[in-house]
Amino acid sequence: MAEIKTEELTLNMGPQHPSTHGVLRLELVLNGEIVQNVKPYIGYLHRCFEKHAEAMTYNQVVPYTDRMDYLNSMNNELGYAIAVEKLLGIEIPERVEYIRVIMSELQRIASHLVAIGTFGNDTGAFTPFLYCFIDREKILEIFEMTCGARLLYNYIWIGGLSHDIPEGFQKKVKEFIKYFRPRIKQLNNLLSFNKIFVERTINIGVLPADVAINAGASGPTLRGSGVKFDLRKNDPYSIYHKFDFDIPTGKGERGTVGDCWDRYMVRVYEMEESLKIIEQAIDNIPDGDVSSAVPKRIKPVAGEIYSRTEVPKGELGYYIISDGSLNPYRVKVRSPSFCNLSLINLISKGSMIADLVVILGTFDIVLGEIDR
Amino acid sequence: MDAKEIFDKLKSVFENGITDLKVDIPIDPYIAVSSDVINAVSLFLRDEESLQFDSLSCLSGVDFDKDNLAVVYHLYSFALNHKVCIKVILPKEKPEVNTVCDVWATAEWHEREAYDMYGIIFLNHPDLRRILCPEDWEGFPLRKDYKVQEFYNGMKVPY
Repeated sequence: MAEIKTEELTLNMGPQHPSTHGVLRLELVLNGEIVQNVKPYIGYLHRCFEKHAEAMTYNQVVPYTDRMDYLNSMNNELGYAIAVEKLLGIEIPERVEYIRVIMSELQRIASHLVAIGTFGNDTGAFTPFLYCFIDREKILEIFEMTCGARLLYNYIWIGGLSHDIPEGFQKKVKEFIKYFRPRIKQLNNLLSFNKIFVERTINIGVLPADVAINAGASGPTLRGSGVKFDLRKNDPYSIYHKFDFDIPTGKGERGTVGDCWDRYMVRVYEMEESLKIIEQAIDNIPDGDVSSAVPKRIKPVAGEIYSRTEVPKGELGYYIISDGSLNPYRVKVRSPSFCNLSLINLISKGSMIADLVVILGTFDIVLGEIDR
Repeated sequence: MDAKEIFDKLKSVFENGITDLKVDIPIDPYIAVSSDVINAVSLFLRDEESLQFDSLSCLSGVDFDKDNLAVVYHLYSFALNHKVCIKVILPKEKPEVNTVCDVWATAEWHEREAYDMYGIIFLNHPDLRRILCPEDWEGFPLRKDYKVQEFYNGMKVPY
């Protein structure tokens, strides 16, 4: 009998593929169904953010930051505003800080809801996706009544905010907190502790803590591996030091520490923590004028800063160099999805193609931020 | 440790390899390191007991001035909770520096980005290709003297 000839197969996953969450091409080398090597090709959504930023004034950059991670615009704006404010050395009114924290925590919940919903979708559960989008809609309504936009806000400005919060804002947020707590429980029953889902996600894509740190993982990807690190606590910015909240980490409750279920579950727990922060902030918003500190002309002295904030995906860093003119000399963005995605080859070697889809889902990447 | 202490510590080991400490500029101080010792310096920063810089937050290319480019390393230590900024300044005629992706795996994609945008060559890098621009793009877009190409595969580029 002639010997059976086997050879490696190269397969393109993407650029148009439902599980890549955007325009990403993975070049897979396969041995049967086993993944031997993954080579990501990115850049399909490159919009020259960094080049554009050099030609604009500091406040003109804000709407562009919205468009990087379009599910997380508030936090992108906040990170940029904080970086420039540090460069300018200006004080921000307390009222502004409180509103910023509430907005960015609401945005964190909205972003995690998309991550959870689409991850359920990746593993074959379609219903939770719809549940998550119903809840996200309520947050977008709050944003809409505050600044008129649902996705790209241009709300957090350097030194302040574009609008003050409208009448009835606090009531609406409180209603949302009351509504959303039982919904998390419902989501857990529907998806997180569902036996099929748990079996599908445990013990695959295990990321050890030391590898995660060395490879620059951050956010839920890092915390899923059991590293208790959150910039809101470990390198506090804005007024996060005033609030009491926990940092959930992966503990290997169902499988191994750092597997896909752990990374997923960190996001669910984080939504509860965000609710806690909003609850503490919502009744204590002090009076004041939200635009009193907005500078008329932004012209920092020559210098440079690297400022980082915790966004739902991880550590978002802005490296800004000023040459003393009205335009930034250099704006470099360290995007969390970019670093997290570079891990994919490391942890998916030897897994099945179907598992690769699950592993990619737990990173919660947004290609707009990777390609900038 | 603050930048001054780290600078003194590096200076005592690498002497002339550590060229400058800038603390008087607003906000972030940085330590300038000569390009031929960056490998030894990065290993020292990671492995020395009192420094333990176990992660690379960010690596950026910069158009430093008329004749020079720079690579900027923002390091953070999870173990000791301190950070430092290292700069390597490279001449524009020969922008070559050794890779650090064997020290911090984060560097692999960031170095590809710096190559893509500034044309900085990272020696011994395992896979130095363009990352965001198409492979057959001409020139390095983030350099200040960059002129965009007229045509790309028959399509007019400037609008």
